[in-house]
Amino acid sequence: MPTIVVDVMPKAELLDPQGKAVAGALARLGIDHFGGVRIGKRFELTVDGEVTDEVLATARQVADDILSNSVIEDVVSVEVVE
Amino acid sequence: MTARIGVITFPGSLDDGDARRAIAIAGAEPVALWHGSHDLDGVDALVLPGGFSYGDYLRAGAIAAHAPIMAEVKDAAAKGMPVLGICNGFQMLVEAHLLPGGLIRNAHQQFIRRDQRLRVENASTAWTSDFEQGQEIIIPLKNADGGYIASEEELDRLEGEGLVAFRYVGVNPNGSLRDIAGVTNERGNVVGLMPHPEHATEPGFGPDTRLAMRSGEDGIPFFTSAIAAVVAAAA
Repeated sequence: MPTIVVDVMPKAELLDPQGKAVAGALARLGIDHFGGVRIGKRFELTVDGEVTDEVLATARQVADDILSNSVIEDVVSVEVVE
Repeated sequence: MTARIGVITFPGSLDDGDARRAIAIAGAEPVALWHGSHDLDGVDALVLPGGFSYGDYLRAGAIAAHAPIMAEVKDAAAKGMPVLGICNGFQMLVEAHLLPGGLIRNAHQQFIRRDQRLRVENASTAWTSDFEQGQEIIIPLKNADGGYIASEEELDRLEGEGLVAFRYVGVNPNGSLRDIAGVTNERGNVVGLMPHPEHATEPGFGPDTRLAMRSGEDGIPFFTSAIAAVVAAAA
């Protein structure tokens, strides 16, 4: 069944308290390779049937209007995976 | 006239009962409304209460912001009806784009519950006119996603246009930018804040004061302000 994957991230210029907490935990574990951690969301929209242009356009619309809030987040990708 | 103020219950609302009680204490008639309906039952003002609608899934308030009744809430807000969003209700109002900005997880990642001091930064909205400009009040705060954010540009606009309604004083409990606890729209009829006025309306159940424990009633003027706005609009 085809799946459309939508990735949403907190806006780069805004705070990401969850990512900051994970970065702090990594530092406490002695892992010092990573300068920062940001946490986003991945949505998997399964499609019954073919992914037409219309279905993909609807997915992009849903990603912008419902899955993300443009005040605090960015949709970074909308991709079809089989 | 007796003002009729509706309180909308969503799946996961927790403070709808307290909000209705606060409305009655303030002298209006509380009207219970349901998220799945398209009927505002002819109310004069609206409260979107606190809680965890839809388990805060997706984003706090995001799913509730698309509830059937929100179409009528948007129409009523556009016509000037007083609308107050408390905590989860505030999150719904920003998700519905009825108020500017956004709310994210508290900076310290903890749920917090405290009696919070606030300064009334705009005493000319439908929900704050019974306060003095700059008055300090104490009402309970309890949330996990209370961090108010917006771009620097937007924050400057809010400050410049007087749209910051409440600011945290003494302690910033959640990392909100510029200590913002609540905002209003340009018209002043839609107001949202994270702290809970409805929990400070009845002696014995409010915040502690210097006079007596749990005697704080600083939440009352929110509701009497709205009643005054409704009466003035009808006159």
